[in-house]
Amino acid sequence: MKTFNFDFMRWRLAASMGSGVALLVSVVTLAFAGLNFGLDFTGGTLVEVGYPKTVVANDVRVQLENAGFNNAVVQNFGTDTDLLIRVPSRPEVDQATLGDQIQALLREAEPEMEVRRSEFVGPAVGAELRETAGLAMLVALGAVMLYIMFRFTGKFSIGAVTALIHDVIITLGMFAIFRWTFDLAVLAAVLAVIGYSLNDTIVVSDRIRENFRKMRRGGAMEVINRSLNQTLGRTVVTSFTTLLVLLALLIFGGELIRGFAIALIIGVFVGTYSSIYVASNMLMVLGIRREDLVVPERERLQDDVP
Amino acid sequence: MSSMAERLLGMSSGPARAPNSYPMWRYLMILGIVTLGVIYALPNLFQPDYALQIRSDSADEAMTPMVLSTATAALTEAGIAIRATETNERNLIIRVNSDVDQLRGREVVQTALAATGEDYVVALNLASTTPAWLQAFGAKPMSYGLDLSGGVHFLLEVDMDKAIADRMATEEDNLRRILRENRLRYVPSRDWVDGKRIDIAFYDEAVRDEARTVIEKEYEEFRIQARDVDGRPGLWLTLTELRVREIEKYAVSQNLQSLRNRVDELGVSEPLVQSLGRSRIVVDLPGVQDSADAKRILNKFANLEFRLVARPDARPSETEIFPYEGRDIVLERRNIVTGDRVTNALQEYDPDTGTPQVSINLDGVGGDRMHDVTRDNVGNDMAILFKELRPRTRIVIEDGVEVVKHFSVEEKRLINVATIRSALGYRFRITGLGLGEARDLALLLRAGALAAPMYIVEERTVGASLGAENIDQGMRSIVIGFSLVLVFMMVYYKGFGLAANVALTVNLVLLIAVMSVLGATLTLPGIAGIVLTVGMAVDANVLIFSRIKEELAERSPQAAIEAGFDRAFLTILDANVTTFFVAIILLAIGTGPVKGFAITLAIGIVTSMFTAILGTRAIVNLVYGGRSLKKLVI
Repeated sequence: MKTFNFDFMRWRLAASMGSGVALLVSVVTLAFAGLNFGLDFTGGTLVEVGYPKTVVANDVRVQLENAGFNNAVVQNFGTDTDLLIRVPSRPEVDQATLGDQIQALLREAEPEMEVRRSEFVGPAVGAELRETAGLAMLVALGAVMLYIMFRFTGKFSIGAVTALIHDVIITLGMFAIFRWTFDLAVLAAVLAVIGYSLNDTIVVSDRIRENFRKMRRGGAMEVINRSLNQTLGRTVVTSFTTLLVLLALLIFGGELIRGFAIALIIGVFVGTYSSIYVASNMLMVLGIRREDLVVPERERLQDDVP
Repeated sequence: MSSMAERLLGMSSGPARAPNSYPMWRYLMILGIVTLGVIYALPNLFQPDYALQIRSDSADEAMTPMVLSTATAALTEAGIAIRATETNERNLIIRVNSDVDQLRGREVVQTALAATGEDYVVALNLASTTPAWLQAFGAKPMSYGLDLSGGVHFLLEVDMDKAIADRMATEEDNLRRILRENRLRYVPSRDWVDGKRIDIAFYDEAVRDEARTVIEKEYEEFRIQARDVDGRPGLWLTLTELRVREIEKYAVSQNLQSLRNRVDELGVSEPLVQSLGRSRIVVDLPGVQDSADAKRILNKFANLEFRLVARPDARPSETEIFPYEGRDIVLERRNIVTGDRVTNALQEYDPDTGTPQVSINLDGVGGDRMHDVTRDNVGNDMAILFKELRPRTRIVIEDGVEVVKHFSVEEKRLINVATIRSALGYRFRITGLGLGEARDLALLLRAGALAAPMYIVEERTVGASLGAENIDQGMRSIVIGFSLVLVFMMVYYKGFGLAANVALTVNLVLLIAVMSVLGATLTLPGIAGIVLTVGMAVDANVLIFSRIKEELAERSPQAAIEAGFDRAFLTILDANVTTFFVAIILLAIGTGPVKGFAITLAIGIVTSMFTAILGTRAIVNLVYGGRSLKKLVI
């Protein structure tokens, strides 16, 4: 393991600008374009079928159109023998059998066709899931913030919360910008990002606090720089091993888990970056001083040495 | 806090023990936990066999050797290899070699057993291959979720509006009867029911007040208010919230029961049927491939009504007209018996004509009624009505928002008219149905009617091939991700990396063991959770090692090891608590796939803390503890 000596805080202005731009783009995209919600949240019907040979999506779309399914979206999925067919919710037909009708129709044309999966989510259930998803995200953020307030004092908690919100918004923003499908698995990943991001921030912040007490000399900039360098080895190794397994998931895990892996990969990058340049930077912006720590920390000295 | 850390970490607090050594009992304890972990994780390595499960429907009948020989003979004849057979009480398991054999075998066995005339259910099953000595510990493999095993998931919504409307209609009849019996005159010929309220109008207030007293004595389910109805003194009877809940509960439990019976009839080996919230029911059918077929049976609201054909002098208000074979038949409105009185129903073939028929057994009350009515009507005609509710949806604008409303269309079809030759009893036959209809009707009558119609609000079907693919890809991700991490740790940390790798492996074993013991279901997101846990579990070790390395600058190697573990402890705890929080929140709020991920994540955090803090420490202690170190390389 090496010892590092980077002057992280030298680039803090550039990093702040970068973060600001990324946040702005994310928020604007989320506000105007929104997330590309998957079937879980929009409701509708989805059928994934496998053909014995290469199949042209457009041919199947025409076939469906001729049978009266006018607004079906047909696209190749993973390979050129697989198709994903999505039909939005439509009133006045028995929604629950829409998938069966499509399957029967396609099987008539190609008896060897195999149904890989078929999903139907009623509009009410979709709306409920959207609500629950939002609630889950808010509760997770809320609970974690409560924990931060209990765990840190004053300026540290502001830094941690800022980093957390920064990470979640940018991860969501990436999904909005690239129009990646946001489904339940991605939601789970985003919530895991909340945990991961905070994990990193805690380790870094703990070290900053410890060094403020240990280093008799040096300004805030120096203390923070030293702390970041001390934790850098750990940050890099943990992020790297996490990335290794996530890459394994992304490459070998198949189509269904892809969104999940992507969300966490973004989360690991952004989370690592934010504990250096958002959480710590926030301490600088708020003007952290040695005196901020001395009084409230004295009686907890015993506990706070990690 | 530090004293807790001391106890947990086994820091040498007295001068008697050498630095960085655990007492023997602690090594033994860790060894014991790891051994248990291995035992309970092991069953997951044994691939289950494809199997056919045969069970008898009649409750008192044990599986006879005859059934076994019939089934095996049929399978052998069809060229399907049998791996093994076993019998236990009312189940017969036949193991075969592949899923193709399994599917074909089911049809072969079904046909062979149907010829015996008894009723058997042949289900597809996965038979465990866990060795007996592991089973003796109660060890069993994790079950697969639908996304891995393939199968159908339904979420059904019980139509509570209809359940309540039905109840209100019954109460309206009762109220009219009570008022008539007490000679209390009400304003006739108006519709009393308005949603959850019944409005009754009277001619004067005295009668109204008397009616109120009478009704209050007989009824608890209504909140009764004196209000004007249509400009006359009247009563408002509103269903109390408590009673609404009761009706809902009854409808859900009745439908649950009926669904369970139906699922049994479908021949699914390990189905899940349970209620969710106030009005929903989840049905998971692992292994089922044809969702259309399952849907047709599960959600069918069908019933039978037996009625007399009306005499020519019957009052029109008491009759109903149905078309039958090109002419109109006038039936009495009143039923003799409905399908609710059926105790058993079997689809058979008429021995003379070979056409399908359903033979029906009625319960005591139904049989008596049938007997009485037919005895008095020998020579007259009786008709059988087939009643079905078909689910439909429409969009309504409610408060400016488009809302999807479910409703049902009731279809009644006359399927049979026959002259009563003699008094009928508890057993009789119905003809006039197609084969499919006869089979479904027999099944539905056996399984019991639904208390209220249901709508499918969510369906997820995963094909068997996609399920198998998901398992393959998931396992490959775990193996590759895990290997990459092991190699990296070896290269980066050398000796300490080896210790971490042992801890990491133990962590994986423990995670799988705990999930198996808890009976958790493994899903694709669950696998993703395992993979993620493998990646993040390293963190605890990394924190410890980097801390030891720093301490080495100021202390002796032994003291550095001790301080490193001690100081990293709180940071590890801290860093894991947040992720654990998130996992618990996901578990509480999440549904299906999210839950699978949350469970793995939560368990993974606990096992990784155990292995990193106690496991790695034990290894490091064993290797370095108790001897004098001049130099330590991390």
